[in-house]
Amino acid sequence: MANIRIPTPLRAYAANQATVTVNGETVGAALNDLVTQHPELRTHLFNDNSLRNFVNVFLGEEDIRFLDGLDTPIAADASLRIIPSIAGG
Amino acid sequence: MQIILTSDLQARIKAQMEGTYPNEGGGFLLGTPNGDSVQINEIIQIDNVFEAEEQYHRYAMTPQDWMRLEDEADARGLSLVGYYHSHPNARAIPSVYDRDHALPNFVYIITQVNEGKAAEQRVWRLQNDRSQFDEQELVVRE
Repeated sequence: MANIRIPTPLRAYAANQATVTVNGETVGAALNDLVTQHPELRTHLFNDNSLRNFVNVFLGEEDIRFLDGLDTPIAADASLRIIPSIAGG
Repeated sequence: MQIILTSDLQARIKAQMEGTYPNEGGGFLLGTPNGDSVQINEIIQIDNVFEAEEQYHRYAMTPQDWMRLEDEADARGLSLVGYYHSHPNARAIPSVYDRDHALPNFVYIITQVNEGKAAEQRVWRLQNDRSQFDEQELVVRE
């Protein structure tokens, strides 16, 4: 199964886990499984069915925006990581 | 919620934010959440990577900065509890842009810098429903 690393401020919505094990053959499917397991995460990751602009998802060292986005296929033992964009003004 | 900071760390934040003036500066807060308070143990300044001509009113870090600091905090038994940034010549109140990019359960220290001199410093947290920031109590100890 793949795993997703949760950013520290959102771990409160994932039973305080740093990493969650998920099913799915694409990044999108894996994220859907994540928010199905932990529904409170949804509003902080998605706008409707799109990733929020300030939410980055990395597959290993690669930003999925430079791959095939949510359609990016993943291996059964893939490691994904959610990284918030930190910005202010 | 009380956000507890030593006077030394507060002075370092102010000095950093004066140093980046007239542009915005910022960095990460590493610390220890403890029930209804958060103790800030360490501050780590991070370069502003926003386009140079926009840095007078915008601040950003890279995802790689986040990964590096989160890994470091986890390895040391600390938490990435928030971040700080400056508002040059503007109040220490979160902007709409701040709110759009903010996370709940995260501490936001904003330092107003007027003509190169740090002034008001206030601390905020985003509500869980993302609707607004609430001001928190900044407790400064020796």
